Amino acid sequence: MDAMTADKGAFFRMEKINKYYQMGEEQAHILKDIDLSIDEGEYLSVLGPSGSGKSTLMNIIGCLDVPTSGQYTLRGRSVDELTEAELARLRSAEIGFVFQNSQLLPRLTAQKNVELPLIYAGVGPRERRRRARELLERVGLSDRMEHLPNQLSGGQQQRVAIARALAGNPTLLLADEPTGALDQKTGKQVMALFKALNDEGRTIIMITHDMNIAKNARRVVHIIDGELTEGGGTNDA
Amino acid sequence: MLRSIRSTFIMIGECFKMSLANILGNRARSFLTVLGILIGVAAVIALITTVNGFSGSLSSSFSSMGAGTLTVTVSGSDLKSGMTTADLDELTELDAVEGVTPSVSMNARVSRGGSYETGISVSGKNAYYFRQNEDLLTRGRALNITDEESMTFVCIISPDMVEEFFYGVDPIGESLYIDGIPFLVVGLMSEDGDSSIAGMMNGSPDILVPYTTAMKMNNTNVVTSFTAYLADGWNSETGAEALEAKLDGMFSYEDDCYEIMDMSSIEDTMQSMLSMVSALLAGIASIALVVGGIGIMNMMLTTVTERTVEIGLKKALGAIPWQIQMQFLIESFLLSIIGGAAGIALGLLLSLILSKVMGTSFVISTFAIALGAGFSAAVGIIFGWAPARKASKLNPIDALRSA
Repeated sequence: MDAMTADKGAFFRMEKINKYYQMGEEQAHILKDIDLSIDEGEYLSVLGPSGSGKSTLMNIIGCLDVPTSGQYTLRGRSVDELTEAELARLRSAEIGFVFQNSQLLPRLTAQKNVELPLIYAGVGPRERRRRARELLERVGLSDRMEHLPNQLSGGQQQRVAIARALAGNPTLLLADEPTGALDQKTGKQVMALFKALNDEGRTIIMITHDMNIAKNARRVVHIIDGELTEGGGTNDA
Repeated sequence: MLRSIRSTFIMIGECFKMSLANILGNRARSFLTVLGILIGVAAVIALITTVNGFSGSLSSSFSSMGAGTLTVTVSGSDLKSGMTTADLDELTELDAVEGVTPSVSMNARVSRGGSYETGISVSGKNAYYFRQNEDLLTRGRALNITDEESMTFVCIISPDMVEEFFYGVDPIGESLYIDGIPFLVVGLMSEDGDSSIAGMMNGSPDILVPYTTAMKMNNTNVVTSFTAYLADGWNSETGAEALEAKLDGMFSYEDDCYEIMDMSSIEDTMQSMLSMVSALLAGIASIALVVGGIGIMNMMLTTVTERTVEIGLKKALGAIPWQIQMQFLIESFLLSIIGGAAGIALGLLLSLILSKVMGTSFVISTFAIALGAGFSAAVGIIFGWAPARKASKLNPIDALRSA
């Protein structure tokens, strides 16, 4: 409880995060003393070339991976103290993932794919259905609910993935190259959707190597060789 | 607490649905995977059901033919080599004994006209024997007291003999030469022949003659094998005691002059042999179950590798390791239980066919079905455990990266 009040304001805080990987004989220093904090409702993009450590950073933010050293607090909870099951619960409650290749399960319909996180959260079938349909409508796919992923275009698949990321009503939407597999036009549609979601108050962190995509966010940080620098500028501030 | 139980149920229900979709979505592979379990369970079920049916028929035929009879084999002593006709009459006087049928066996050369056959089994019986086996005779007459007392040369022959020597001729009233002596055919035996236990054990004789005549032809005046039919109110135990008391006296209390066999002891021996054989066969068949389990394990390991991305994704979406493990465990359990159910159906069908072919009774054994179902469920869980555990331990990052 004390931690909660102490961290009030800073919804998300990283202090001196370091990550090492053992690569054969050598130890690779992937993330170097990363400090980053975000308030609720922010729209941040992490911009960096491939190999800069941005995927590792995203995994740590998404509670899929733990840092070698440093402090990561999410909603006042220290992530490195959590067990694997607790991390899973935290992901399910706080974080919605959007991956580069939408990563839909091919045998499930759009609606069932959106329901997936709710199954693990233990939501009953009627409520799941209601919520999935509502979200698919929200992303403009009300006429595609019963389609299988291979019956949808790339942009539609990505929108299903976004609906799925929102299913658990997470505070943070975490997107890894969300437009990477899309053409420019559909990429723009996805970006417009992100902006609308942020306008509704959803916190978004987007990881990309594309400057043009990154500038959609209100705040941009650069990551190069594992070091984070504040890029400041937003395009519409 | 209540909420977490409810959500666990919801999750498990979804796992069943997803697993079923996966199994059905890959029908050919699923079928080949469960084939081992299917064959194993079918074999175990067919074996148990068939053996049960066989032992059921065995005990019912034993009780129909063997109830209240004791079969005595006499080896005799130096002073007395067997039972005389008078001895047998004395046994019949006992309260415990309703009647006695002696059995005098010989192998003979049988001929008629130009054809002959050697090694034909001829058995000497008495009139009482025919009263006890009323279905034995299909035509003609049975042996009677006069035949016994006057050692007549009459015989009753089996259908095989009719076919052999009387093709196109009515045998009754014709004569047949047994070891060169002409016998008058007076009756015909039914197809089943001698269905008594003694008959079953010695093989049905082809020709029945008066036992006194058979004794004379064997050049003996004693009988070494007979069956005692017990009177009402006597069971094989009390009957055997009464018989022993009398026989001990006849053989001057010497040891090992005779042996009394009762049906229940024979049946017990046969039943225990049967259950040993069936346990052995079921043991062999269960090897197929283990092989089937390995097949399932192999398939599940392949599935886990193939679905690495799916596992990583589900973990990223908030699935805890326990839930992932549960899903794969349910999938292997379902596969196995589907195979088991098909195996039970196939096994029952096989044993139904077998029972028709062998003429035994078909009894559905709930024990066998429970065993098949239990076995296949256990196989699914045991052999699914390691792959499911492997899946639950996958690191979501590695899993997603392999996409």
